[in-house]
Amino acid sequence: MAELYITEADLDDLAAGAAILGTGGGGDPHIGRLLAGAAVRAHGPVRVTPLDRVPDDAATVMVAMMGAPTVMVEKLPSIEQVATAVRALARYLGVEFTHVVCAEAGGVNALVPVVAAAQLGLPVIDADGMGRAFPELQMVIPTLYGVTATPMAIADEKGNQGVFDTVDNHWAERLARSATIDMGCSAMIAIYPMGGATARKALVPGTVSLCAELGRIVREARAGHRDPVAAVADRLGGTELFTGKVVDVARRTEGGFARGEATLTGTGGDAGVEFTLRFQNEHLVAVRDGAVVASVPDLICVLDAETGAAITTETLRYGQRVRVIAAPCDPRWHGPEGLALVGPRYFGYDHDPVRIGSEVPA
Amino acid sequence: MRIGIDVGGTNTDAVLMDGTTVLAAVKTATTRDVTSGITTALDELKRQRAFDPAAVNAVMIGTTHFINALVEADRLAPTAAVRLGLPSTASLPPMVDWPERLVTAISGRAYLCHGGHEFDGRHIAELREDEILRVAEDIDRHGIRSVAISSVFSPVNAEFEQRAAEILAAQLPGIAISLSSEVGRMGLLERENATIINASLRELADRIVDGLAETLAAAGIRAPLYLSQNDGTLMDVDFARRYPVATFASGPTNSMRGAAFLSGVDTCAVVDVGGTTSDIGVLQNGFPREATTEVSVAGIRTNFRMPDVLSLGIGGGSRVRETGGEVTVGPDSVGYRLVERALVFGGDTLTATDVAVAAGRAEIGDPSLVRGVVDRSLAEAALQRIAEDIADAIERMRTSPDPLPVVAVGGGSILLPDSFGDSGRVHRPDHFAVANAIGAAIAQIGGMVDRIFPVEPGQRRAVLDAAKQEAVDRAIAAGAKPGSVRVVEVDEVPLAYLPGNATRIRVKAVGDLQVEAVRG
Repeated sequence: MAELYITEADLDDLAAGAAILGTGGGGDPHIGRLLAGAAVRAHGPVRVTPLDRVPDDAATVMVAMMGAPTVMVEKLPSIEQVATAVRALARYLGVEFTHVVCAEAGGVNALVPVVAAAQLGLPVIDADGMGRAFPELQMVIPTLYGVTATPMAIADEKGNQGVFDTVDNHWAERLARSATIDMGCSAMIAIYPMGGATARKALVPGTVSLCAELGRIVREARAGHRDPVAAVADRLGGTELFTGKVVDVARRTEGGFARGEATLTGTGGDAGVEFTLRFQNEHLVAVRDGAVVASVPDLICVLDAETGAAITTETLRYGQRVRVIAAPCDPRWHGPEGLALVGPRYFGYDHDPVRIGSEVPA
Repeated sequence: MRIGIDVGGTNTDAVLMDGTTVLAAVKTATTRDVTSGITTALDELKRQRAFDPAAVNAVMIGTTHFINALVEADRLAPTAAVRLGLPSTASLPPMVDWPERLVTAISGRAYLCHGGHEFDGRHIAELREDEILRVAEDIDRHGIRSVAISSVFSPVNAEFEQRAAEILAAQLPGIAISLSSEVGRMGLLERENATIINASLRELADRIVDGLAETLAAAGIRAPLYLSQNDGTLMDVDFARRYPVATFASGPTNSMRGAAFLSGVDTCAVVDVGGTTSDIGVLQNGFPREATTEVSVAGIRTNFRMPDVLSLGIGGGSRVRETGGEVTVGPDSVGYRLVERALVFGGDTLTATDVAVAAGRAEIGDPSLVRGVVDRSLAEAALQRIAEDIADAIERMRTSPDPLPVVAVGGGSILLPDSFGDSGRVHRPDHFAVANAIGAAIAQIGGMVDRIFPVEPGQRRAVLDAAKQEAVDRAIAAGAKPGSVRVVEVDEVPLAYLPGNATRIRVKAVGDLQVEAVRG
C-alpha cells in the first residue's frame, strides 16, 4: 500500500470535512487550515499512518487547541506553540514521541495535529479520540479504556508551558481550563500519551482521512450538480432528519459554554413539521414534532441546504435554509460508561439517547 | 438643498433634493477621470432645475471607484503592514492569505513587532519603541508611503496602534497611516487585510477627494462634501481621505436605501431585478442588514461592514425552458442582448421578459409576437416559478417572523407579482432609476460599537446601555446633530469558552447631519 501524505492541496477538503464532523462546534477550521498550510509549506507534507499499522512500541500523543475559538481568530496561535506542548510532555515523561494523534476530528482541532506533525517531523495517525467534536477533554474513547488524560502539557504563545499530572481526568479538565484562561484563552495542549498497542484499540480509526473524504465528496457533488447533503449522509451511514428553515434562535451562556435552542419549520416534503435543535457548543439533541429523533453521542450535522457546507451553532440564524442529518457515532460511546461521559443526561437533558442506524461503513 | 451623486461603473446619477422632495434627477455616463462626469451631471441638474449653488448645504457622493481600483490592481500605493502581536501570531504574518498578484501590486512588506492585548485587556507584550524605529528606517529605505498598523485585540484596546502610529509619524513626515481598530472588527487577519487594502488606496483617495472638491468649487458649490459608506452613513472628506475602504459597498447600500425612502417604508426587503440577477437585501430602520460572515474582495478575506445581499439567477433576460413538464427560469440569461434575442424584440429565445409580456404583465417590444404564441399555461408556470423563488429568497433574508414589506426596483421588476405572502402589496416606487443618488442624498451620520464585553450577572442592561451611549457619542463626534441620534441596531452574541459571560455586543447609532449654516 502506498504511503498516504497530507499536502497543502488536501487542506481545504480536510477543513471542510472537519467542519461537518464538528457537529456545529469545534471552532471554524479556517485558522487551523492557514496554520497547517504554513507548517506544510515550511516543513513538507505530513505522513499519515493507518491506525492498524501503528507498532506496539510507538509512543503517541494527542494534540489540540484549548480555549475560545473567538480568541484564536484574533490572537493567532503559532506553529511552535503546538510543538512546545509536545516537547514539554516528552521531557516530563522521558520519551521521544513517534506519532501525533488527533484528539477531535471536528472543527479546528482536526487541523492542529497536521501543524504539530509537520513541525515535529512525525507522522499523524489516521484516527482521533472522539470520531466527532465534544467540548471537554475527558470526552474521548481512550477514557473508556482507562487511559488518563495526564500527564498532559499546556503551552501558550509566549513560551510558558506547564505539565499537569492529576488524580483524574476531571481535575485535568479543571486545571487546564484555569491555565488556559490565564494564558489568554488560547492554549495548545499535548495530552493522552499512549503506547502503540493501546492507541490501536482505544482510538476511532480512519477519521482524519474521513474528514478529507467528506470535504472532497461535498466539493465534487457541488461541481457535478449532485446533492452534497445526501452524499454526506450516505458516506456517514446516516439519515436525513429534516429539511427546513430556522425561525428562531435563543442563546445564553452558562459557565463558559454557550447553550441554546433553535426552532425550525419544515419545507418541501417536511412542510408542517416543527423541528428543534438543542445545542451547547455542538448540536446535541434533535426533536421532530415533539419527539427526540437523534441525540448525543450520535452526530447531528446541520448543513446548508444547497451547498452542503456545515453551519456552526454560533452562525445559526433566522432564515437559514438547512438540512439536518444524523449519523452514528463510534458504537463504544453507546455503552454505559460512554453514555455517562457524553450521553444526553451529562449535558443536562433528562432522556435516554436515541440511536441512529448502524456503524459508519469502513 | 442637498445634492446626491452616485458614480457607478457605467452611469453617474445626480439628484437635487430639498428635505424629502426630489427637485431634479439626471443620469449621465461615468467618465474615466470621474470628475468630468460629475461636472456634466451638475450641469444637467441645473438645466432641469435652476438653483443657486450657494444655497446647496451639502453634497453627498457614493462611488465604486476605490473598489474598482482594488479589483483592477491599479493605482495602488506601495504599502507596509506593521503588526503588533509578538510573540503571538508570527506563524501567519500579514498578507499570508493574499493572492500573490495583489501583494506584488502594492509592493507589500510585512513587519512583526511586539505588542497586542489579551481578550481581557492584559498586554501580550509591551510595545518596543526601538523595534518601531527600525521598522521606520526600513520603510523609509524602501520608499513606502503608506502603512497599515494592526494590533491583537485592538478593537478592545487601541493604545498600541496609536502609540506606534505616533512613533512612525514622527520618523516619517508625510507618511499615511491606517489603523486596524478604525477599520474593522474582531478577527485579526480579516481586519488587518481591510486595513492594508485601505492603506494601498490612500494616495488615490487624496487625488479623488481633491478632484471632487475642485469640481464642486468650479461649479460654485462651497457646501461641505461627504462620501457614502458601506453601511449607509456618511463620512466627511477628511475621513474619506483616511478610510477610502469604507466606500466599498456603498453602491448597493445607497440603492436599497434610496428605494426604501421612495416607498416610504424603512423596514423592508428590497428586490432589485436586473437583466441577469435579482439582488435581495433587507433594510431595518432604513439601514441594510450587514453580512455576518467574512466577505471576500478581489480574493482577499475581509470583515468590514458590508450589506447582506442575496443574488438569485433570475432577471429580465433569464432563459425560460420547459423540459419534461417542468418549467425552469435561468440561471443563464441573454443579458444585455435582450433587445436582440428576446421574442418580443423579434429574437428566437424565450426569456422571462417574454413570459411577462405574454401574460399581460407589461407592454415591451412587440407584444403580438408572444401573445397567443407563447403557451399561456407555460407563461403562468414560469411567472409562478419566479414568484416562488423570489418569495423563498425574501424568506431567507428575513430576521423575524413579522411581515416584511417588499419594495421592487430595477428594469426586471415587471416579473414580480403584485404581492408576496404576508408582505402585502409590493411597493414599486417612481424615480427608482436614480435610487442610488437619492440614497446618497438622504444619508445620515453614524457611530458604531463592536466589542467583547464581560457581562456580570444582573449587569446586562447596564452594559448594553453603556454600549449604546458610546455609539451615540461616536455619531455625535462624527458630526451628527445631538438631539437627532437614535440607536438603530443592537446585536449581542454570547461567546463560548470565555470566562465572565463574555458577550460580543454591536450597537449602531445614527443621526441627522449637523449641516453648517448656509455660507456665502
